[in-house]
Amino acid sequence: MGRYVIGRIGAAAATLFAASIVIFSFIHLIPGDPVSVMLGDAATPEQVAALRERMGLDEPIWVQYLVWAGNALQGDLGRSIFFETPVTQVIADGAETSILLALITMIWIVLFGIPVGILAAIRQGTWIDQGLSGLAMLLASVPTFWVGLYLILIFAAGLGWFPSSGYPSIFEGGGLANLQYLLLPSIALAAPNAALILRLTRASMLDVSREDFVRTARAKGIRPSRVVLRHILRNALLAVVSAFGFTFAALISEAVVTETVFALPGIGRTVVQSILRRDYPVIQGVILVTVCLYLVINLLVDLSYRLLDPRVEL
Amino acid sequence: MLSVTDLTVSAGPRTSPIGIVRGVSLGVDQGEILCLVGESGCGKSMTSLALMGLLPPGARVSGGSVELDGHDITHLAPHRRVRAGRGKLAMVFQEPMTSLNPVTRIGWQIEEAVRVHDPDANPTDRARELLEMVRIPDAANQLSAYPHELSGGMRQRVMIAIALACRPRVLIADEPTTALDVTIQRQVLGIIRELCDDLDMGVIFITHDLGVVAQIADRVAVMYAGRLVETGAVAPLFRAPLHPYTERLMACLPDPAARSKGFATIPGSAPRPGEIPDGCAFAPRCPRAQDVCRGGEVPVVRPEGGRRALCHFPLAEGETA
Ligand SMILES: Nc1ncnc2c1ncn2[C@@H]1O[C@H](COP(=O)(O)OP(=O)(O)O)[C@@H](O)[C@H]1O
Ligand SMILES: [Mg+2]
Repeated sequence: MGRYVIGRIGAAAATLFAASIVIFSFIHLIPGDPVSVMLGDAATPEQVAALRERMGLDEPIWVQYLVWAGNALQGDLGRSIFFETPVTQVIADGAETSILLALITMIWIVLFGIPVGILAAIRQGTWIDQGLSGLAMLLASVPTFWVGLYLILIFAAGLGWFPSSGYPSIFEGGGLANLQYLLLPSIALAAPNAALILRLTRASMLDVSREDFVRTARAKGIRPSRVVLRHILRNALLAVVSAFGFTFAALISEAVVTETVFALPGIGRTVVQSILRRDYPVIQGVILVTVCLYLVINLLVDLSYRLLDPRVEL
Repeated sequence: MLSVTDLTVSAGPRTSPIGIVRGVSLGVDQGEILCLVGESGCGKSMTSLALMGLLPPGARVSGGSVELDGHDITHLAPHRRVRAGRGKLAMVFQEPMTSLNPVTRIGWQIEEAVRVHDPDANPTDRARELLEMVRIPDAANQLSAYPHELSGGMRQRVMIAIALACRPRVLIADEPTTALDVTIQRQVLGIIRELCDDLDMGVIFITHDLGVVAQIADRVAVMYAGRLVETGAVAPLFRAPLHPYTERLMACLPDPAARSKGFATIPGSAPRPGEIPDGCAFAPRCPRAQDVCRGGEVPVVRPEGGRRALCHFPLAEGETA
C-alpha cells in the first residue's frame, strides 16, 4: 500500500508543479503590459508603478515564479486587485456555496444514476429500459445552462416552488432551509452527469452479467436479487467508481455555468466576474486551488478503486 | 434418480426454432459417473445447462422433461428449486479462471451456498470442511484467499466445493479438467471419483476426451449433433462400439492401448445447429453410410447389457467403420 500511495502522491506533486508553471506564466502571456491591462485605461502612472512594484514584475521571471510559488505553498495566493483583500479570502467567501453545491450534486448523481442504471439493466430490452435509456441520452446531450433555465422557468418562475437565484449562507439565519436555494442548481448540474453514470452503470451491469461467475452464483440457488446486488453490481461498480474522477472534472467546469445562471455566490461565479474584471491574482488562485482539488479527488478515486478490487496490488 | 426424457433445447425464433439438443434421454444413479462425450459444439454444455435451469438468454427447453427423485424440475430456475426443496443438482463449469467472483473471498463464495442449502450449519465450519473434502491444503487459511491468488487446479477444487455445498444428488461437471494440465487433471479426476463414491452421488461428467472417459466413467453417452447416438457401460462400449461415430472417435485416441492406428481424425466436421441433415446426422462423414441413412427415422439398436445405439448399420465386435 505504502509504496503505491507514495508513488501516486509524487506523481500528483509533479503534475501540480507543471500546472503551477502554466498558471504562473499565463499572466505574462497577456499581450501588452499586464499591469496596464489589469488596471485599465484610467489608471494613473503612479498606480501602475505601485502595482508593478507590489507584483515584483521588475524582478527576473524565475525569481517571480519562486516568490509566487513559495507564497502559495504558505497559503498566500496574493491580493485581489478588485476587492483589495487576500485571494484566499475571496475563495473562502465562495467556498461554502460551491462545496455544498458540489456535494448535493454528487448525492443526486449517485442516488439517481446508479439505482436507475441498475433498473434499466435488469429490465434490459423492456419499455422501462428504453424509456430510461432515452431519457439518459436526452439529459446527457442538453447543456447544463439550458436545463437550468428550464428549471427556473417551470419550478421557480412558473410554479414558484423554489427560489430562482442567489444563496444566503445557512450559517447566517435561515439555517438548513436555505439549502432549497441549491435544489434547482444542483439538479441542473447533476442531470447530464447522472445521465452518464446511469448509462455507464447499465452498460457495466450488462457486461458483468454475461460473465461466467454470475452463472456460478445462479447455480448456487441464491435469490436473483442477491445475484444482482452482491455479484453483478459489486463488480459493475468498479467501472463506475473509476468514472467519478471524470465526473468531478466535468462538475468543475459546469459549475461555473450553473453558478452564473442561478446567480449563486460561489467560486465559479467569482471566477467569471474576475475574468471580466481582469483580476488575475484571483483567477490564478482559483485555478491553482481547483487543480489541487482535482488531484486529491483523483487520488481518492484511485485508492478506493484499489480497495474495491482485490486483484490490483496496492 | 435423475431421469431426463426426450429433452429438446432450441434457439432462435419460436416460429422457426433451431434445434441444439434434439431429444436426449438419459439417467444417472447414485454413485455412478456418466460421461457425456462428443466433439465440440455438439450440445453437451447446452444439455447440462438445460438440466440446471441455467440456459443462456435465447435458448430454451422446448420439449421433454427433467425429473429428480420423481419431481419434475424442467422449468424451474435454481433458486425456485431450492425453495421447492428440489435444489439437488449442482454444476462445475469448464473455466476455473472466470467462474469465481473475482472481488470476493472464496470462503464468502462457499458460505453463500452453504447458507442456502444448509441453513442450520455454521457456514465457516462447513466451508472449511468442504475445502478439506476437495483436498485443499491449509483449508482454514485458504478461506480468506481471493480467486486470483489460486492456481487453476485450486480454483476448480473451489468450484467443486461450492457445488458440494449444495449437497447435490447429482453433480454435473462440464469439462472441468479441460483447462488444466495433465497432472492437475488427474488429481481433479481422482477427487471427483472419490466424492462420487463417498457421498454416493451421481455424476454427469462432460468431456470431449475419450482418454478421460476411460479413466473415470462407469457409463458413457456419446453425443453427436444434439443427439445421443450411443450409450452403454464403459467396458463393453470401448471393447465393441456399435455406432461408427463412436468407433471413429476411439480410432482418434493417441493411446495405443485403446486400439489406435495413429493420429487419425474424422474427416469433415460436425454439422452446426440449423444445418443438421435429415436422417442420420453422421451420414455425410460415415464410411458405412448408404442411401437409407440420408432420410427418415434412424432405428434404435438395443443389444443386451443396457446398451443402445442409433444406427442402420451398427458395427459387430472387432469391426471398424
Ligand atoms: N446462447 C446461444 N444461443 C444459441 N445457440 C447457442 C448459444 N450458445 C451456444 N449455442 C450453440 O449451441 C451449440 C451447442 O453448443 P454447446 O452445448 O456449448 O457445445 P459443446 O458443449 O458440446 O461444445 C453450438 O453449436 C452453439 O453454436
Ligand atoms: Mg461445452
